[in-house]
Amino acid sequence: MNPIEIMVSYWPRMLDGTLMTLKLTILGALIAGAISPWLALVRSHGSLIAQTPIRIYVSFVRGTPILAQLFLVFYGSGQFRPELMELGLWNFFRDPFNCAILVFVLNSTAYQTEIMRGGIQGVNLGEIEAAKAIGMTRMTILRRVIFPHAYRIAWPALSNEIILLMKASALASVVTVFDIMGRTRQIFSKTFDFSIYLWAALIYLAITSLFVFGWHRIERRLNRHILPRNNANAVS
Amino acid sequence: MLELFSYGDTGWGDEILMGLATTMKLAVATLPVGMIIGFLIAFAAMSGIRAVRYVGVGYTTIMRGLPEILTLFVVYNGAGLLLNSLIKWWNPEAEGTDFSPFLAGVIALAMVFGAFAAEVIRGAYNSLDKGQIEAAAAVGMTPQQTFWRIKLPQLWRFALPGIGNLWINMLKDTALVSVIALDDLMRMTKVAVGVTKQPFTFYLVACLIYWVLCVLSEMILSRMERHANRGVRRA
Repeated sequence: MNPIEIMVSYWPRMLDGTLMTLKLTILGALIAGAISPWLALVRSHGSLIAQTPIRIYVSFVRGTPILAQLFLVFYGSGQFRPELMELGLWNFFRDPFNCAILVFVLNSTAYQTEIMRGGIQGVNLGEIEAAKAIGMTRMTILRRVIFPHAYRIAWPALSNEIILLMKASALASVVTVFDIMGRTRQIFSKTFDFSIYLWAALIYLAITSLFVFGWHRIERRLNRHILPRNNANAVS
Repeated sequence: MLELFSYGDTGWGDEILMGLATTMKLAVATLPVGMIIGFLIAFAAMSGIRAVRYVGVGYTTIMRGLPEILTLFVVYNGAGLLLNSLIKWWNPEAEGTDFSPFLAGVIALAMVFGAFAAEVIRGAYNSLDKGQIEAAAAVGMTPQQTFWRIKLPQLWRFALPGIGNLWINMLKDTALVSVIALDDLMRMTKVAVGVTKQPFTFYLVACLIYWVLCVLSEMILSRMERHANRGVRRA
């Protein structure tokens, strides 16, 4: 079979895999994105006792392979099967998709926490003092001063992290989740046609490129007040 | 509990240590190959010839956008197919052979490492002080002398933090080779799990071993950075 033919006959599976990869990445990044700013706040302003567990968690996640973490959760949960059944959690851990999402969330939360910590610590202290001086409450300061600034600083680094997460999601194929990589291996084991790997590479690159393009558009929007004014027509 | 990890026939301590040795061998073998690829690609990406520059920039863009496990499978299966068809072409009666998983691991990890290292090296190269290079030319150094005496020592200083991060990432990526049947730490753990039926205990130990390796690497790297920066004046 030539490369075109193999895609013609297997495109539904590859599309299915692509949707799975997107689902893993987007769900993982969003849940982690909801948790990490709060951990980052604790990490940059909390007491030492509150900071220590977060530090250990981040260090552990960053110091171990994601594949090992995936095996620890997916296969490791089997060791506690009676206990998990009693808690009604066994059905959750039996599904490889859930385990993959759980690991990606734990992983991305650690990385995003570090990125957001950098963003929060980069906020100009004078602006926070000014906000306090005009009588903003702590929540208002967070909402109007700290987070808008922190996200602007952290935005490019967050994009790197989400691309890393997308690449890591290929590991889910090892625990039988049929994402792009899983489908590709399945098709290869059936046809022994090498070109399916090149198609997979192409799909991954296309996702990354589209994502970088979109992310950059949002970055411009976040920074629209400090963009150069010389081509005013382009900025609207 | 502890006898599970004892050394000898009853425990899994020796098997896991052997896996760890394979993991370390793989990482240590990959580092120089990856650095060479990194330098070549970095110089290609900065080349004055447009076609060469496109190859360099294209390589880093593509390799950094692909999942490491995909690269590994492409190298393992692709090189295997290529090798077999070469053997068949050379001698049609020959039996097909399997491509060595260790070699496939080294090549794939080095290709990924090289793509990221090229970006680090390029960044370091751009941070070199132009005035010093002009000064070197002014005192009559040849380009080779300038490279070895002025550029390379400072390149090392600028690139070390980035390369250190890549080393830690690569150390973690070695776990992927367990998928292509190489007996590294991850795979030996899997074997132990299959026999003892204690997945959580063993995978936790594997995680802890990787964690120790990474923390140790970080400590050594920060000493190396301090050493590399010993001559730099602090503001």
